[in-house]
Amino acid sequence: MALKHATPMLDELDKGPWPSFVSDVKRMAAKGNRMCEDWLGLMEMSFRDKEGHWKHGGIVGVLGYGGGVIGRYCDRPDLFPSVAHFHTIRVNQPASKYYDTKVLRRLCDLWEARGSGLTNMHGSTGDIVLLGTTTDQLEPIFYELTHEFEMDLGGSGSNMRTPESCLGMSRCEWSCINTQDIIYDLTQEFQDALHRPMFPYKFKFKASGCPMDCVAAIARSDCSIIGTWRDQIRTDQAAVKAYVGGELVPHGGAGGKRTSFDIKAEVIDLCPTQCMEYDGKSLKIYDEDCVRCMHCIRVMPRALRPGLDRGATILVGAKAPILDGAQLSSVVIPFIKMESPYTEFKGFVEKMWDWWMEEGKNRERLGETIQRLSLREFLKVCELQPDPRMVNTPRFNPYIFYDPAAVPGGWEHDGAAFRQRHQA
Amino acid sequence: MAFDPNNLMKDRITDIGPPKYDKHFPPVIKENFGKWKYHEILEPGVLMHVSESGAEVYSVRIGSARLISVDYIREVCNMADKYSGGHLRWTTRNNIEFLVSDKSKLQPLLADLRSQGSWFPIGGTGNCITNIVHTQGWAHCHTPAIDASGVVKAVMDELYGYFGSHKLPAQIRIALACCLNMCGAVHCSDIAILGVHRKPPFVEHDRVQNVCEIPLVIAACPTAAIKPKKVGDLKSIEINNDRCMFCGNCYTMCPALPLADGEGDGIAIWVGGKVSNVISAPMFSKLAVPFIPNEPPRWPTTVKTIKKIVEAYADGARRYERIGEWTKRIGWERFFEKTGLEFGHEHIDDYRLAMTTWRTTTQFKF
Repeated sequence: MALKHATPMLDELDKGPWPSFVSDVKRMAAKGNRMCEDWLGLMEMSFRDKEGHWKHGGIVGVLGYGGGVIGRYCDRPDLFPSVAHFHTIRVNQPASKYYDTKVLRRLCDLWEARGSGLTNMHGSTGDIVLLGTTTDQLEPIFYELTHEFEMDLGGSGSNMRTPESCLGMSRCEWSCINTQDIIYDLTQEFQDALHRPMFPYKFKFKASGCPMDCVAAIARSDCSIIGTWRDQIRTDQAAVKAYVGGELVPHGGAGGKRTSFDIKAEVIDLCPTQCMEYDGKSLKIYDEDCVRCMHCIRVMPRALRPGLDRGATILVGAKAPILDGAQLSSVVIPFIKMESPYTEFKGFVEKMWDWWMEEGKNRERLGETIQRLSLREFLKVCELQPDPRMVNTPRFNPYIFYDPAAVPGGWEHDGAAFRQRHQA
Repeated sequence: MAFDPNNLMKDRITDIGPPKYDKHFPPVIKENFGKWKYHEILEPGVLMHVSESGAEVYSVRIGSARLISVDYIREVCNMADKYSGGHLRWTTRNNIEFLVSDKSKLQPLLADLRSQGSWFPIGGTGNCITNIVHTQGWAHCHTPAIDASGVVKAVMDELYGYFGSHKLPAQIRIALACCLNMCGAVHCSDIAILGVHRKPPFVEHDRVQNVCEIPLVIAACPTAAIKPKKVGDLKSIEINNDRCMFCGNCYTMCPALPLADGEGDGIAIWVGGKVSNVISAPMFSKLAVPFIPNEPPRWPTTVKTIKKIVEAYADGARRYERIGEWTKRIGWERFFEKTGLEFGHEHIDDYRLAMTTWRTTTQFKF
């Protein structure tokens, strides 16, 4: 069946083995979805022009919220009237994205009736992204989400953005913290910050259960919560032998179904701190030298497991390049117990936010404020003690900003006495 | 209680947050929460998790576009209803997992998925190239330099054989961001595809004072290239083009400064980033190719370039070595040699902290 707009360029993306978004949207258009028809036409025009055709911004939303809806208007409504208004709604996903089909089907019905029927499952920050609706549909959709689905909007703008976690203890043996509960708790505790812009710029929390960091917390969140442990790796020597003897598949099968395994080359020699020995009988780990990189654990998952004195390392300041360049998060709390109701952690968050809201410039991420005003200042306002775990190396320039309180007599000089000792 | 458009405050519910995380858990996940003992990847795309209780759950992972319709979601729901008790989840990389607790349903599910050609590709586990995380591109964004979904589709078509196999030395994580804003935060990926602009914005003097806060525009420029300017009676700004590094931040603040341009815009490729702390510390991705023209609908040069990098890596890296660890071991001089990519002045940093990237040793390879 011929669609409203010819799409010779997009048609090229019907080809090839990877699932095609073009084929998917075309069948929506073929059953008479006008927004999908015009969206395809607009995309074809963008492919031809090599330029996008969405206008800059647009402020729309639901009453009482300052985020969660992204206004979007196309710049050729004359040609594509059905996508003249094409707003995005961000819906806060259940932490780590488990669904049953009943709720998904109802969500599909709602979105087909009141929007384009196009989605992102999920957006980069984790939200369910409903792509394309008109302003008059926003309140009815919000009403249905809150009343029928017990769902709420996600964050946008200078808000706390929708927090996200790895799947944690729900299906992973390595998770040292209950990432899903932490994220759910923070999301509920800070609803006001999520829905109403109060910050200099966006603020993201992400929680990963172990240093493998499956939600990229260390690269993508202003406050990264990463599970870790302080005691010994738990070792099952019989299972170590079973790996060495080729009875168990190394790396949990991630490198294929091989059984040949060289423990020295694949584990001992790759340990970043060389804290392990294997004498042919048993594996010795010098835990005091372990930096918990997870390599040995992932290669021999049935022999080695994280320790039991568990908590999280808190790092702050990660962001993409805009504006001062990309940053990874930096350690500010080497270890904190993360147990519900997370009182100590929330106390830290309040101190951090108070400072950033006071000192941060417009559109300045936390990491940039810290860079501008120093990590020392951040630690001071958050009442954290300096620790060698916070740096890769102590400074190698001599320019220290001393506090006058640390110097006898402060910053005052006795000029007259000086000149009595030294002629000018 | 029905929605009343004339009285929005009636029965209004706000600030309830998302459903609790365990609301949609399958029973096997609920019962074994925190008790998982180990897992094994039985074959590409099929994970088995075993609990201390002895319970097992089989997760079957399939690749999906990120941009999907309600009809696609319904199709996936049909599969979940049939084989996984109506339970499924999405991963952080836009893959879908069916959570099967009844082992007798595992093979029928795999067979059914395979019977539908490559519409539901099985894979995305272990030493593979899993799904590309990406941004909106021309589909829905107002600042893109390139499309997102189209480029991703073309690249994944070419790398398809790596999605459902474990033949690489380690995993390769690819991410795409359609402009420097990087709402997809691609800066720590094994391979990053980034949309870049190369023409400074043009100033629409007749619009600036009506649609922009001039002081905010000036403050938005990281190189202080923007200053106020009167054009006749109009309050506007001028841009020192020599200082522009094409970040687009001023356009974000002011729609009267467009910089998108079909010929100016294109793709930069970055390599060697990682997020995980395994073996080596997290790393940023570094510039491999500064510019490839935008080539819709299938971006052949970009696809070819990425393939070349993947093949050089697959050929030269040792087991467990990520791209960043491989380049660190062999050195950048060897990376450019082995990939056949050109090294030019764009690769030498001249922004803040540039000197931390210059070679300050006589140790290098001829």
